[in-house]
Amino acid sequence: MSHPHFDVIDRLAGISPGSAVDRIRSNRQVARDNAQTSYAALFAPATPGTVLLEERFAIAYFVAGLHRDETIATFYRDQLVALGRRGLVDAVSAEIVRGQATGPYGSYPAGPLSSEDKPGLEYRPDSANRDVLGRLGAAFSHAHLLVFRPRDASSAALGMLLNAGWITDDIVKLSQLIAFLSFQIRVVTGLRALAASQQQAVAAE
Amino acid sequence: MTETAISYSDPNRPVAFTQAHIGWAPWLKPLDESQLTQRHWDGLTEASRAKSPYFMLLARDPDILGARTRTDKDIFYNPDAGLPRAERELAAAATSRSNGCIFCASVHARFASTYSKRSEDVDRLLEGGVEVDLGSRWNALVDASVKLTSTPSEFGEEQIGRLREEGLDDLAIADLIYSAAFFNWANRLMLSLGEPTPAA
Repeated sequence: MSHPHFDVIDRLAGISPGSAVDRIRSNRQVARDNAQTSYAALFAPATPGTVLLEERFAIAYFVAGLHRDETIATFYRDQLVALGRRGLVDAVSAEIVRGQATGPYGSYPAGPLSSEDKPGLEYRPDSANRDVLGRLGAAFSHAHLLVFRPRDASSAALGMLLNAGWITDDIVKLSQLIAFLSFQIRVVTGLRALAASQQQAVAAE
Repeated sequence: MTETAISYSDPNRPVAFTQAHIGWAPWLKPLDESQLTQRHWDGLTEASRAKSPYFMLLARDPDILGARTRTDKDIFYNPDAGLPRAERELAAAATSRSNGCIFCASVHARFASTYSKRSEDVDRLLEGGVEVDLGSRWNALVDASVKLTSTPSEFGEEQIGRLREEGLDDLAIADLIYSAAFFNWANRLMLSLGEPTPAA
C-alpha cells in the first residue's frame, strides 16, 4: 500500500497523531495494528479469489449505511464508486433506505427466552434491483440478518447463500466481513465520543 | 460436489443463558487437519485450535482469522492498566446477552465470574437480562456495552459521563469500547455459522 501508516479507524474517528485518543490507542497497539490488518485482509487482499472487491465494498457500504453513520458509509461508498458500476451504487443506496431498522431484535429458540422475542423487519432486496444486484441480493439479506437480528440466524439462511452461488469459503469471508464491520463501526463510534468528551473537558478548564 | 449447509435437530439444544460448559456445532464444513498449510497454522495461531470446529471453519480464510485472533487477545489479555480483566469479560457477556448469543455468553460469563468472584451477579445478568440491577459500577458498564451494541449506536456522552463517575480513566473507557465492539464481531460469527450444543 502507498500509505504504510494509514489507519482506517483513526481516519474515520478523526483521531490525529499526538492527540489524547491517539496516545490511548497506542496502549493497545497490537489491537490497533491487527484491526488495520483485518481491514486490509478483507478490503485489500493479495488475491480477491472468488469474492470480488466490488462485492466486498457493496456489502460494506450497505452495512455502514444500515448503521446510519454518514462518515463511514461515505468512506465505503466512495471506494465502491471507484470500482463499481454506477447502477450498483444507486441500487445499494436505495436498499439502505429500504433496510432501515433498529436492533438487535429477533427470536430465540422456543423456550424460556421466547418471552424476549422481538419481531421486526425481515428485509429482502427490492425485486426491481434483482438484475443489478445478482448474487449480492442474497448477501444483502444475510448482511441485514447479521446486523439487526443475529439471533435469527439459521442453517437455512446459509443454504440460501449457497443456492445464490456463494460457496462455503465465500460465506466464511462474507460473515467475517459483516462481523468485522460491526466491530469497526462501534470502535469508531466509541472513540469518536471519547475524543469529543475530552475536548469538552479541555474547553471547560 | 455441491456444498450444503449442515442442520441438526437436537431436542436438548440449549435454549437459555447459562454459565455451564456447553458446546458449539458448525453449519458449514470445517477444514480437515490434513488440509492445513503453514498459512492455515499461522491463522490458527495456536495448534490446539485445530481441534475446534469453530476455528477450523474460520481457517477457510486464515489471514482474517489470524488478525482477528491477535486483536482479540490484546483487547482481553493485555494486563497493562486500563479496565480490569473481570470487567472486560463483563462487557463481553453483556454484549452477548444483548445480541442473544447463548454460547458466547456462557464462555464469557464464566470468565467474568472467575475474575470478579461475583458469580451470582453474573447469573442474574444471564437470567434477568441487561436491565437487572448489578450495583452502580456494573450497571454503568453493562449499559455502555448495550448502548454501543444497539444498531444504530446509542452510545455517547451520557455513557462516558457515567463511566467517569464510576472512576474509569480514558484507557479503561477505551477498553470497554473495544471489548463490547469486539463481541459484536464474535457474536455474529458464533450465531450465524453454527449453534450451541448441550453440555457433554
